Amino acid sequence: MKITVRIWRQKNAEAKGTMVSYELDEVDENMSFLEMLDVLNEKLTLEGEEPVAFDSDCREGICGSCGVVINGEAHGPEVTTTCQLHMRTFKDGDVLDIEPWRAGAFPVIKDLVVDRGAFDRIIAAGGYITAPTGSAPEANSTPVPKEDADRAFEAATCISCGACVAACPNGSAMLFTAAKVAHLGLLPQGQPERDSRVINMIEQHDAEGFGSCTNIGECTAACPKGIPLDVISRLNRDLMGALAKP
Amino acid sequence: MTEQMIGDYHVVGNEIHDTAAPSGPIEKRWDERKFSAKLVNPANRRKLHVIIVGTGLAGASAAATLGEAGYNVTTFCYQDSPRRAHSIAAQGGINAAKNYRNDGDSIYRLFYDTVKGGDFRARESNVYRLAQVSVNIIDQCVAQGVPFAREYGGLLDNRSFGGVQVSRTFYARGQTGQQLLIGAYQALERQIAAGTVTMNTRHEMLELIMVDGRARGVIVRDLVTGEIETHTADAVVLATGGYGNVFFLSTNAMGSNVTATWRAHRKGAYFANPCFTQIHPTCIPVSGEYQSKLTLMSESLRNDGRIWVPKKAGDTRPASEIPEDERDYYLERIYPSFGNLVPRDIASRAAKYQCDAGKGVGPGGLGVYLDFADAIERMGRDAVEAKYGNLFDMYARITGEDPYSEPMRIYPAVHYTMGGLWVDYDLQSNLTGLFVAGEANFSDHGANRLGASALMQGLADGYFVLPYTIANYLADGPFEKIADDHPAVVEAREAVEERINTFLSINGTRTVDSFHKELGQIMWDYCGMERTEEGLMKAIQLIRDLKAEFWTNVKVTGENEELNQTLERAGRVADFFELGELMCIDALDRRESCGGHFRAESQTEDGEALRDDANFAYVSAWEYSDDKPILHKEPLEYEYVEMKARSYK
Amino acid sequence: MIKKRVPASRSTVATKYAMAVSGLIMVSYLILHMYGNLKVFAGQQKFDEYSHHIRTFGEPILPYEGLLWIIRVALVASIVVHTWAAITLWRRNRAASGYQGGKRYHTSKGARGFQRSYASFTLRWGGIIIILFVVYHLLHLTANVVAPGGASDSPYERVVNGFEIWWVTVSYTIAVLAVGLHLWHGIWSALTTLGQNYSSTRLRSRLTPLSWFVSAVITIGFLLPPWAILLGITG
Repeated sequence: MKITVRIWRQKNAEAKGTMVSYELDEVDENMSFLEMLDVLNEKLTLEGEEPVAFDSDCREGICGSCGVVINGEAHGPEVTTTCQLHMRTFKDGDVLDIEPWRAGAFPVIKDLVVDRGAFDRIIAAGGYITAPTGSAPEANSTPVPKEDADRAFEAATCISCGACVAACPNGSAMLFTAAKVAHLGLLPQGQPERDSRVINMIEQHDAEGFGSCTNIGECTAACPKGIPLDVISRLNRDLMGALAKP
Repeated sequence: MTEQMIGDYHVVGNEIHDTAAPSGPIEKRWDERKFSAKLVNPANRRKLHVIIVGTGLAGASAAATLGEAGYNVTTFCYQDSPRRAHSIAAQGGINAAKNYRNDGDSIYRLFYDTVKGGDFRARESNVYRLAQVSVNIIDQCVAQGVPFAREYGGLLDNRSFGGVQVSRTFYARGQTGQQLLIGAYQALERQIAAGTVTMNTRHEMLELIMVDGRARGVIVRDLVTGEIETHTADAVVLATGGYGNVFFLSTNAMGSNVTATWRAHRKGAYFANPCFTQIHPTCIPVSGEYQSKLTLMSESLRNDGRIWVPKKAGDTRPASEIPEDERDYYLERIYPSFGNLVPRDIASRAAKYQCDAGKGVGPGGLGVYLDFADAIERMGRDAVEAKYGNLFDMYARITGEDPYSEPMRIYPAVHYTMGGLWVDYDLQSNLTGLFVAGEANFSDHGANRLGASALMQGLADGYFVLPYTIANYLADGPFEKIADDHPAVVEAREAVEERINTFLSINGTRTVDSFHKELGQIMWDYCGMERTEEGLMKAIQLIRDLKAEFWTNVKVTGENEELNQTLERAGRVADFFELGELMCIDALDRRESCGGHFRAESQTEDGEALRDDANFAYVSAWEYSDDKPILHKEPLEYEYVEMKARSYK
Repeated sequence: MIKKRVPASRSTVATKYAMAVSGLIMVSYLILHMYGNLKVFAGQQKFDEYSHHIRTFGEPILPYEGLLWIIRVALVASIVVHTWAAITLWRRNRAASGYQGGKRYHTSKGARGFQRSYASFTLRWGGIIIILFVVYHLLHLTANVVAPGGASDSPYERVVNGFEIWWVTVSYTIAVLAVGLHLWHGIWSALTTLGQNYSSTRLRSRLTPLSWFVSAVITIGFLLPPWAILLGITG
């Protein structure tokens, strides 16, 4: 099928970007979205033009590297990662607008590639359990109720792709931050640092320049892993509890 | 005649031996090594600098542990975050000899299964240690908050995996790799915040710096600015994963590459058993020219699915129109006792034979059916959905077909590489001060890796082995500081710069990917599931010709001083050419079939792999040479497990 | 651009707590206010009595209009806090959403979710409409400064005189609808901010029907008296 793509081209962080249009005549419906971009890049390279820079790695929907905004929707029209989106979702003659994640805390590096280092720094601020190697007790010494373990797992499925930030009209990373607070806070091993964790992570979240949550829920709707919205409410409870302590 | 021809491709050097492993009873060896290892005073650790390249399970866990211990660590990864390393994509689980099921598992049994599963091409000492520390890994991960599957009583759940008879696999639904990696990543981030680890994301190692016979640093390229940076240290650890992407299509991530280990190899590190690759039978087949990677589906599908092809070659009818008596359930027919559950390599090869015979299904005839119609009838659709729903969804998303109403199509794909840089018991390569961990080394899986053992090995190396053995090395440091204008540094740097300039100046007519795809096809055809002397020799010639064309006709756009993904790929593909050739030479030398390596010339009358222990019970450790690679053999001795042939009929 | 960390007690989440609490204070007031309004249906005497009674409530412990002033101070404080929080967060969020040349995403396909458009419109513009209306409303019915339909010392007469004029009722209706829409998202958001959502999506949450119900009750409760007066059912 024939597809027209309009892609955000930006040479580097300082340059001014713009949307540039390209035509692709032979797009197979079984191609993944990123394979369609690969085909475009092969074509551009042979024509002596700069190929479009975009991040992708595992292409199995788990590493969280890929992610672009397609026609205004993070990861495109289906609830999945960009790499798992296939061209059969679109039809012959479609025009696709492809843009990078847009957020103050995610500066564009080039074309569709953004810097998501802010996520790592939020984790570094407190998204862990202090458990030096070798100090761990026998694994089955602390039973974890299955329900808690399952909910912790659900929150831990976050792949840090950043779609929540791109979809949030406020550019907030609250779903990302709250998913980690919930994952660790639901487990007995995470209790000793529960208060300091939420305080430090929220402080870092704000320092990175992310926006505030207005409980709209666009993040959950865009999340390829379906991180539930109530993790945010849980973070709010945890922070309230932590601040209430002297 | 043959000997002479094979001899044309390599020369044989001295035997090598692992001198770091203690002798004595196998269960005492690791304790003894830990006791004999030198310790470093905590006050001195800050002055000792370690570089770790790669932040997957092995790299991240090693960096976190060494940082915690107080060493000064610098880490690099090519991804934009350490959490994205390809360990993240492992689905199945992680083995540990906890014996929580009370089903007769033990450290010894895990050791035994791993040695046997590796088809007697791994070292007993290393494997035993792996089994020993496996139990600590689970403790460590649980303490970090890894949300393993649990039972209603709140204790950890286990399942049996990869055909073993005990349930020793711990798992976190279909994303054990991601959960374990996040645990290690979080520990790593904690050390980054504490200032013990300096993390450099979007940096790729392009050269190893050797000074006076010691590995002392790396040259890396900042992938955003293109800046070529020099980093020196007292020791260098490579935890850069496997090289399956030499096949272009594999289940590896797009960026997975051999460059770090290959650069070290070119500086003198031995590359061991490069031809040992694992091919996984249940991947989603290629759908067209444009295919960029392959996706694995859990092997567990073979528990209830039945594999078949049409009896008639070239049958293009849809599956639903092929009557029962015109279907060939070939695994059930050939291997009546194991049926669809034969080991990975047998299932893979059988699928290849069917497709070679023209019975393959789907685009290009490269696929066989994996049919759940019987399972749905027997168990009901709901039960099948509960058990395999997420896999069926994944299949439907990728292929656009509904696996509940028509059979899935599967085909084998390259999944894991058992070979890697040669290391001793201390995980130190033959280059002093260069340590190698995880899939990047060769040590524990022999010729074939058991399911759920890759995660175990990565974390064993990073959390529990390397931190002891590298301390023993660092105890002699800190070594003399190396200035940026040291001749060895300047030489390494200039080599990197020259290579980049060459790529950018060729300005030919073919893209990097087109070369990579062609190389991958050669490797798949001649050095894939079945290898023959004739094919391997042909492949070597094809690779050499293609490599020559690459260096004169590749087109790399853009410049160095920017994010340039084409340039990144060009460097990786250039190294894959050299690796591919060595893989073929290694496969040519190993005139036996073992594990994932099947030489058509070495099979039993009924087509089963035939190992040749008398002549090939050795590790092939290859030394780089501009002329012919030099083969150093490390003889393998089995004191505990008796060498036996396997049978699945 | 990483900024300096500020204490969590001054974080965006803490600011939201302030917004949520001040908002809920105003919602509580609205419910009381609505109850009072409905007294219109009991006739002039009861309504004026009620109006007088809230001024003398708590006497002699409280001075004349004591309770009213406590409520007024609390309300003014809530409005100040609520508005300050709204402006602070709005400015921050605009910077956080990474606009490029006046637009965030340049696509013309604007697949903006209904929820997103609705909430941002009603909360921001709705909030401004409500503030303007409150000023007018106080001048009219509390301070007796603006007097459409004729001033009076009887609160009941002021109400009836005003709402007999169609445009007074219509503008009042627009303002009340703005309040209702504001609360539709606002109550849900406030309770969620205070940690009370336990559901994976907004639609599944019990807070969603609760906030619809409360906002509907408040809207209808406030609209009944003026329309009854305009249509001549009462007054």
